[in-house]
Amino acid sequence: MKVLVAVKRVVDYNVKVRVKADGSGVETANVKMSMNPFDEIAVEEAVRLKEAGKAEEIVAVSLGVQQAQETIRTALAMGADRGIHVLSDDELQPLAVAKMLKAVVEKEQPQLVILGKQAIDDDCNQTGQMLAALLGWPQGTFASKVAPEGDTVNVTREIDGGLETVALKLPAIVTTDLRLNEPRYASLPNIMKAKKKPIEQMSPADLGVDTAPRLTTLKVTEPPKRSAGVKVGSVAELVDKLRNEAKVI
Amino acid sequence: MSILVVAEHDNAALKPATLNTVAAAKQIGAGDIHVLVAGAGCDAAAEAASKIDGVAKVLVADSAEFAHALAENLAPLVVKLASGYSHVLAPATTSGKNVMPRVAALLDVQQISEIVAVEDGDTFVRPIYAGNALATVKSSDALKIITVRATGFDAVAAEGGSAAIEKTDATGDSGKSSFVGQELSKSERPELTSARVIVSGGRGMQSGDNFHMLDKIADKLGAAVGASRAAVDAGFVPNDYQVGQTGKIVAPELYIAVGISGAIQHLAGMKDSKVIVAINKDEEAPIFQVADYGLVGDLFKIVPELEAELSK
Repeated sequence: MKVLVAVKRVVDYNVKVRVKADGSGVETANVKMSMNPFDEIAVEEAVRLKEAGKAEEIVAVSLGVQQAQETIRTALAMGADRGIHVLSDDELQPLAVAKMLKAVVEKEQPQLVILGKQAIDDDCNQTGQMLAALLGWPQGTFASKVAPEGDTVNVTREIDGGLETVALKLPAIVTTDLRLNEPRYASLPNIMKAKKKPIEQMSPADLGVDTAPRLTTLKVTEPPKRSAGVKVGSVAELVDKLRNEAKVI
Repeated sequence: MSILVVAEHDNAALKPATLNTVAAAKQIGAGDIHVLVAGAGCDAAAEAASKIDGVAKVLVADSAEFAHALAENLAPLVVKLASGYSHVLAPATTSGKNVMPRVAALLDVQQISEIVAVEDGDTFVRPIYAGNALATVKSSDALKIITVRATGFDAVAAEGGSAAIEKTDATGDSGKSSFVGQELSKSERPELTSARVIVSGGRGMQSGDNFHMLDKIADKLGAAVGASRAAVDAGFVPNDYQVGQTGKIVAPELYIAVGISGAIQHLAGMKDSKVIVAINKDEEAPIFQVADYGLVGDLFKIVPELEAELSK
């Protein structure tokens, strides 16, 4: 089967983000950018399916600015076969992204689409579910195990009370949670090889999608800071403070 | 217009996050609040929903295909009902997060995820970048589809209301997905997201067996037991223990962090707790920067001492 993975370029998870002084957003200039960690897990899962003989081809898709091609190259170096880049300098919100991915899916006809459960910048956690809705496909969100078998895929999901397994008829959408796998590092030879793999570029207009945002960000602020309290010297002092000062026990 | 709240429940009882979601609906204040209870044999949950303070009507869809809240079956039902409302809200639990974007896309609406405050009927505050920034966003969609972070809103009273209960027709099984099974952690303790006190362990606990030390403290305090991502990834405890940006977001009265260094990921899930206690051998650990009371030392000495002291 063919597997499509969606990858997003985001501020690297190790970067401590700063809110811009004018409250218009978060500082992204001269900040290290990387593939969204949940999307790395998506790519890794697709590559493992291919290595296990369950997938034949992996297509990595990214939407956004020109540099999103670097993110696609990372996916290609990890083992994806080719890339698709939908170039746009505009803010793309999950509904618009899902509509564009739908158009790509209709063109590519994959049996399985794997996405990260959420991007670590906007923390929306929507795109996979929206894509499933628009395609009329079933969805296995927050996956910790993905087992395709014949014309179905069993997905074990991380839910609030523990784990749940659902059986989905293919074609289907899977979104990844942290414990699905540990993504590999691309080796140097594979990074070199990835440079020769094809990336097709297109525009939102080519896909017939209006990407106008529905949500306007009025302002971005820092959350209230929590200040360090006191260090106590003993367990007895701690319990005393909790009982008599904080009055929480 | 009125507001529809999609209840989260296990057929027998409502999940507490439903009450916080009704509280958010109250703040929006756009007319009556209706609650949808979709399940299989869910009379008891519907009964509970009818008693929630401030709820005007409970819609019940009782049919086998809603037994496990599969998104493929639940989304068409919510879509069918949505036309009568200005806002549709659900708790930002794994269930709400699974279903609501599917609803939003079917209605061509850009969902507003995990709101923590209401400015007005169109404008909401939500955390971004793992809670390191707060964005105020205004929606231009006529219908708002919203998930609500429970810790942002104080729960409304579970008793005091007397809403009418009305049956609504089911929408059928999609035939595209089916429930295979589940492994739920069994615990006599309160749920993490609604516990008044939480005792959490990190990598410093060194093993799953050592978490039993925390169980004893939790028993004394009527607390839930949580964990950092490091402890979950190390296999000490199951994933549903995880507190943090990608786990559960909690805001108890008292949060006791044991052997947790305080990665940003973890702090994002618990920094709204009222009182934070940190126990860690490394006095430079970032957890101490958010802790009200810090105790530097070997947790394997401190935790048994704490248990003894609490027994006094």
